[in-house]
Order: sequence, then structure tokens, then C-alpha cells
Amino acid sequence: MSFASLAGGFSATRALKVASMLFYLLAGGAFAQMRIDVTGVGAALTPITVGDFQQQDPRLKQQVAQIIRSNLAGSGLFRLIDSGGLPLAGPGPVDHVALRSLGADWAIGGAAIRFANGQVDIRYRLTDAVRRQEIVDGKVTVESDADLRLGAHKVSDLIYERITGNKGIFATRIAFVTKQGDRYRLIVSDWDGGSPTVILTSLEPIISPSWSPDGTRLAYVSFEDRKPVVYVQMLEDGRRIAVANFRGSNSAPTWSPDGSTLAVALTRDGLSQIYLIPSMGGRQPSRLTSSSAIDTEPVYSPDGRFIYFTSDRGGSPQIYRVEAQGGTVSRVTFGSPYNVSPRISPDGRLLAYVSRREGRYLVVVRDLAINSDRILSDGGSEESPSFAPNSRWVMYATRSKGRDSLVAATVDGRQKLRLSSSAADIREPTWGPLQR
Amino acid sequence: MKSLIRSVVAVSLAAVLAACSTAPLDEDKGAEVQARSESASSSGAAESAGLAGRSAAASETESSRPDPLSDPASPLAKRSIYFDFDSFVIKDEYRPVLEAHAAYLLANPSRRIVIQGNTDERGSREYNIALGQKRAEAVRRALSTLGVPEAQAEAVSFGEERPKSTGTDEASLAENRRADIAY
Repeated sequence: MSFASLAGGFSATRALKVASMLFYLLAGGAFAQMRIDVTGVGAALTPITVGDFQQQDPRLKQQVAQIIRSNLAGSGLFRLIDSGGLPLAGPGPVDHVALRSLGADWAIGGAAIRFANGQVDIRYRLTDAVRRQEIVDGKVTVESDADLRLGAHKVSDLIYERITGNKGIFATRIAFVTKQGDRYRLIVSDWDGGSPTVILTSLEPIISPSWSPDGTRLAYVSFEDRKPVVYVQMLEDGRRIAVANFRGSNSAPTWSPDGSTLAVALTRDGLSQIYLIPSMGGRQPSRLTSSSAIDTEPVYSPDGRFIYFTSDRGGSPQIYRVEAQGGTVSRVTFGSPYNVSPRISPDGRLLAYVSRREGRYLVVVRDLAINSDRILSDGGSEESPSFAPNSRWVMYATRSKGRDSLVAATVDGRQKLRLSSSAADIREPTWGPLQR
Repeated sequence: MKSLIRSVVAVSLAAVLAACSTAPLDEDKGAEVQARSESASSSGAAESAGLAGRSAAASETESSRPDPLSDPASPLAKRSIYFDFDSFVIKDEYRPVLEAHAAYLLANPSRRIVIQGNTDERGSREYNIALGQKRAEAVRRALSTLGVPEAQAEAVSFGEERPKSTGTDEASLAENRRADIAY
């Protein structure tokens, strides 16, 4: 797939490859290279320059400025400008004349200092080059140099929020599944695929990971017992419980906004139906839907009032909505004979789902206020959309050239960021909450 | 604005290695879960071996002939039922297969089967779990109609996760639209 086609809908000449990053994913002794490619359009991007941070300590191996640059470029809102070595970190005043001649509206500089106790301070300074004033002189402290990336992501969030007024998601985590050879791995990483941690390794499939709202637990479906069983695993210590292991298949877990309940699809009474179970397991499930058809893929609305789900009760798979206490079911999607995998944005305004259009499976984003659909993706074999906690990105799985990879797209479709590996299939992405 | 910006940001292997090596606890956690899963499946294996042992003993008392399950010429050797696209209807050609399995299960009440539904790879993984279940459930109901008690047959689904064929042509996709009977 070319970058031009990734930029979908926009003319190829305006499609920019903004940044390309390489990571090395530690996977069972072998290194699976993970690659990030960013594409977007050049219109209305805010010019910004990020000077290299002063960081003398050799244990601080990554340049903080590189991580901040990659984040800001990937956000689809900024255009990076080379700082040309201009001192931006202070302590003295920034040369505003030189800064303006670079063409940057904003400038960032700073330093990372490691202390004897292992803690690292990342000091940063944000300068408004248009108003010619320094507007933030801040500091983020992390516990060790191993958390330098996290610290750089947090600085990126603070800068992003200060400039745009919106929460940044650079310090958030994602979970996804890789398949390499005959091995499946459930992995948690930074939003950009960095700092990966293997949560579970299995020779049987793992699907449908879902974050608890507080970011401490993952629910997922594992086939290790030769059938789908829903587990909840603590990220802190790796303990886990099988919360749904009933007769038949147990799958599609998602959390209630308060974290107390999981909505799941169970087949204990025949065909797949939606049930609610306590997220700690224990009590018997309570059945939410009663149809003579397939009901699956439940997901709570962020206010907890509704559960959206997929059902073929009308003859083809479509998205429906029911009150979380049960009650009247209403149909949400029409038009295509295949509309599945609903997800509601954390701000409640958008519905993302997968729709089959002329034989291609595409991610569609609907503005719920005005009921208008926008086709977000252009690959044709998309799955598993998931919103970023600031409702400004959707991450989904796609397949091209025989490999599964992930794409994070801004909800306006203007910027796309692909996470891929030449050695492994990457699939089933789910975006974690803001808390970290 | 139209100028091409091309910056390549490479994270050094050493840096990421360092980041990885700082999380040995997390890797241990993964290993621990893996170990637990392995012990779980080995106990599962022991259990099914025990079950097989019991039923072998049972079938010896029920009949002195060798177990027809292991006879490749028996209709019981047929364990897969194939379905048309988007269909859950069991075709007539599979009636003798299901009748043979039903007769065997009725004659051997200690034997249990798991009916595993499968789909092709198109569309949502979770919806495909539900579709595969519908196929497995169709087979379970057919066996139930033939008198097989519920306790002897469980319907589960692998959805698109366990393809018999990994091709994307129609023949390969058709291979994957099936329900398997596993003793």
C-alpha cells in the first residue's frame, strides 16, 4: 500500500509522509521490527519546532525531542520545522527574531536530568513565537531512566493540551494481539507501539482485549481451553480469573463505565446473546437480550445508559441499541447488508463501526448528532475500531500484502499512522484510558 | 505548505533493549501466566485422557468389538460438516454421518463430543464466533433430534480463528465454513 493511497480521498501531491519510526518489539527471543508510518495532508498544520533536549547522562538513551516530534507530527495538527540549532531550552531568553525567521509559530526546548536516586526530571519550555512570549516553563519527573519515553509522552500531552485546548493521548497505552509463527501474544504498549510488554503468550488464539476504565485490568478472550473463555487479568501482577467460562462460547467482553460489570456474548442458552456479568466474576450472568437470532459485540455508551450491539435479527448483521437495564431495542444502522463492531467515542458524539461496501470492509464514523456517516478507512479488510480517550483518533486493524497491521486515524480522516511488523501479524487493537 | 517533509526518527536498538530489560517483572508475569495456561491445558489433557480411559473401559463392557471410532471405514470417521456461504442448513448428504454419531453416542453414554463451529475469515472476528456457533448449534440440534442427550454434546465456536485452509479463493473459504465433531 502506498502512502498516497493511505492518505485516502486527498490528492497524492498533498499527501505528506511526515515521519517514519522504527521500534524493535521483544518477542520470544526474536526481534520483530515494528514500524510506524505517518501520512497526512499539508493543509492548515501549525508550524512548530522542537530543539534537541540537553541530556548528557548516557543512561538517557533516547532523545526526548525525537519522541515529542514524532507525537506532534502524528497528531495531524502540526508541521515540524528544523530548529537549526537555535537555543530553545533557556535559561536565557529565546531569540525571537531568529525564531520567526524559521517560520515556527511555537518552539519547544528543554533538558533531561538524571539524579543519583535514579529519578529523571524532564524540564521543558514552550515559547509562543507569534506573541513572542515564553508561556510554559514546566517539569515532568519519572521514577527511572526506563520511563524516559513515558516522561517524553507526558510532556507531549502537556504541550498539546496547552496549544490545542484538548487532552493529549501520547501517554496512553494500547493493547493488541500479535501472531508470529504459531504463537499468539497479548501485548500492552505506548500508543505508538513503543515500550511493549507481553501480557500473555499462547499457542491458541487470543482475541477481543478490552481495557478496564481505570486502566488496571484487561478483559480478553482466550482459546487455550479449546473454546472461547473470557478472562480478566490484572496488569500489575499478572493474576487473572476466568470470569465467563460457561457451556458453549464466551466472548466479546467490554466494560461498563464504572468498571463493575462486563457485557459479554454467551451461547449458554443456544445462539449468541448479550449478558451482563460482574467484572470480578462469581455471580450468575443476567441476560440482557432475548432474540431468536445472533446478538454479539456489546459495548456500553460512555454514560452507561445504553448498550450498542450487533445482531442479525433483521436478516443481516446490523447495529442495534438497547437500554443497559434492558427494554426496547432500536436499530441504528441501515444501508449496507453488513454493519458490525460498534464503538462509541468517549465524548459520546461519534459511533465507529465496520461496514461492508461493495465487498470491502471499511471503518465508518458516524456523527450521532446529525446522523451523517464518513468512511474513515480505505484498505478494504478493516476490523476492530477503537477510539482514543480524547475521541480524536480511531485505531483499527487492517490487512495488506498478507499481513495484519494497525492504523490510527484522526476522526476527520486527514492523518493516518500505521503500526506494522515485517515478522508478525498485529491485530485486535484497543485503546486504553487516559489515567496512567 | 505543499513541500514534502520527510524526517526519519529511528529509536536505537540499544535504547529499546534497555527499555525492555527494565521490565523483567512484566516478562516474568507473562511467563507465569503462560506456565499457568500450560499446566491448565496439561491437566485438561489428563482429564480427557482419563475420560477416554473410562469410555474405553465402558465400551468394552458394552460390546466386545473394537471401538468403531478408530475405524477409518466407519461413517464415524467423517467428523466435518460443511456449509454454504452465510448458511446454517445441514445438507442432506450429512444425514448418514450425523445418524452414525448419534447412534454411537446413544450406545456409549459415557462419551462426550464438542462440536466446533468455524467460519471463513471475512468480516468481524466476534461476529464470526457467533456465526460459527450457529453452525455448531445446528449440528447439536440435529443430534438432539436424533436422541442424543444435551449432556453428551457441547457446541462451541472458533469463528475464523482456526482455518483449515488459509487461501482466499472460494474453495479455501468453503473449507473453513464447517462444524467439526471432536470426541
